[in-house]
Amino acid sequence: MDKVIRMSSEKGVVIFSKSSCCLSYAVQVLFQDLGVNPKIHEIDKDPECREIEKALMRLGCSKPVPAVFIGGKLVGSTNEVMSMHLSSSLVPLVKPYLC
Amino acid sequence: MNTTSTHFVPPRRFEVYEPLNQIGMWEESFKNNGGMYTPGSIIIPTNEKPDSLSEDTSHGTEGTPHKFDQEASTSRHPDKIQRRLAQNREAARKSRLRKKAYVQQLETSRLKLIHLEQELDHARQQGFYVGNGVDSNALGFSDNMSSGIVAFEMEYGHWVEEQNRQISELRTVLHGQVSDIELRSLVENAMKHYFQLFRMKSAAAKIDVFYVMSGMWKTSAERFFLWIGGFRPSELLKVLLPHFDPLTDQQLLDVCNLRQSCQQAEDALSQGMEKLQHTLAESVAAGKLGEGSYIPQMTCAMERLEALVSFVNQADHLRHETLQQMHRILTTRQAARGLLALGEYFQRLRALSSSWAARQRDPT
Repeated sequence: MDKVIRMSSEKGVVIFSKSSCCLSYAVQVLFQDLGVNPKIHEIDKDPECREIEKALMRLGCSKPVPAVFIGGKLVGSTNEVMSMHLSSSLVPLVKPYLC
Repeated sequence: MNTTSTHFVPPRRFEVYEPLNQIGMWEESFKNNGGMYTPGSIIIPTNEKPDSLSEDTSHGTEGTPHKFDQEASTSRHPDKIQRRLAQNREAARKSRLRKKAYVQQLETSRLKLIHLEQELDHARQQGFYVGNGVDSNALGFSDNMSSGIVAFEMEYGHWVEEQNRQISELRTVLHGQVSDIELRSLVENAMKHYFQLFRMKSAAAKIDVFYVMSGMWKTSAERFFLWIGGFRPSELLKVLLPHFDPLTDQQLLDVCNLRQSCQQAEDALSQGMEKLQHTLAESVAAGKLGEGSYIPQMTCAMERLEALVSFVNQADHLRHETLQQMHRILTTRQAARGLLALGEYFQRLRALSSSWAARQRDPT
């Protein structure tokens, strides 16, 4: 979906979330801890929420939120972000986008 | 208990128990005896005939009617007395039999209880989680614990047994000479064993997330260190670090980085949990408190609670990944030593729980 592709490239680190999703909030906190200021899209506040959800699932996410994009590319959900961080591969990825 | 003695109570009491009966009999006997009191026939011989009453009529003249009643009924209707006596005997016999059965039941239950308490003590000595830690004589299962959780607790008991066995094996093997190949298979088994626990917990969390969150299956000392339903990975790394010596510089750097990443990930999840608590409290307290009806609040709160399962899973995922990374960073021998140290650390915590519980019971 074009909108999703556009939204996911708006900034270095983009997180698709929902206002009620606390796990998305946890992911956001982690990136902020690393010195990055991610762009948060609360899709439940978007009129096209359903379409965005479907698009995210089609891109490969097991659940629509949280969906993390770095440099416009889909990294994954909480699991993937945590695994990458513990294997020291997350920090190099966000280096170009540090504040 | 002498049943027949009830009939030798003063007539007045007899009357109290069967007033209606008395009235009918009194009327009848009044017609026959003209209202005469005959004390002699209070005692009820089995073969007494109504006619013998007339011999004593000279002794009393104005006997109160109810006394006369007693006289009349006992002397006039010996078969009724007999029947009542027989009924009483039968009732007493049945009562004795019931009492005997009840006492036997109590005895059996008492023996069962002693046996169970012995089993519990034995299990506790071995460091297993037993009961809720409050009362050593109470069983751990509450009435409303679902069968899935009961199954989990039993499975966990077996998991601990296997864990203890693996730790003993590692201990023995590391004190002697052991090939890297043999050690590698022991390390793999130990890792798989931990991963199995995470799978068990995930299934249990779907059934009762609060149960898993509060670490109810763990011993009390373990629960003191609980972080989202299990151990805190960064804390564990801190405890185990000295046991990996000697570490190369690269390994030391990797372990320190891992520990820092764990801390950051734990911090992020903790903040997410705080937000969940906050939003849950908001949902529960929404609207007017005090009206007495709160179904919409319950519906909303239940939706929020779904997220708790995700958090428990995410925390276990973190533990899983920490173990994986340690396995990657360390040599086989270092990993074996680390797993032994980890296993004994938890054994010590379980032993601490037992010792503390024993101390609470017998403060000397």
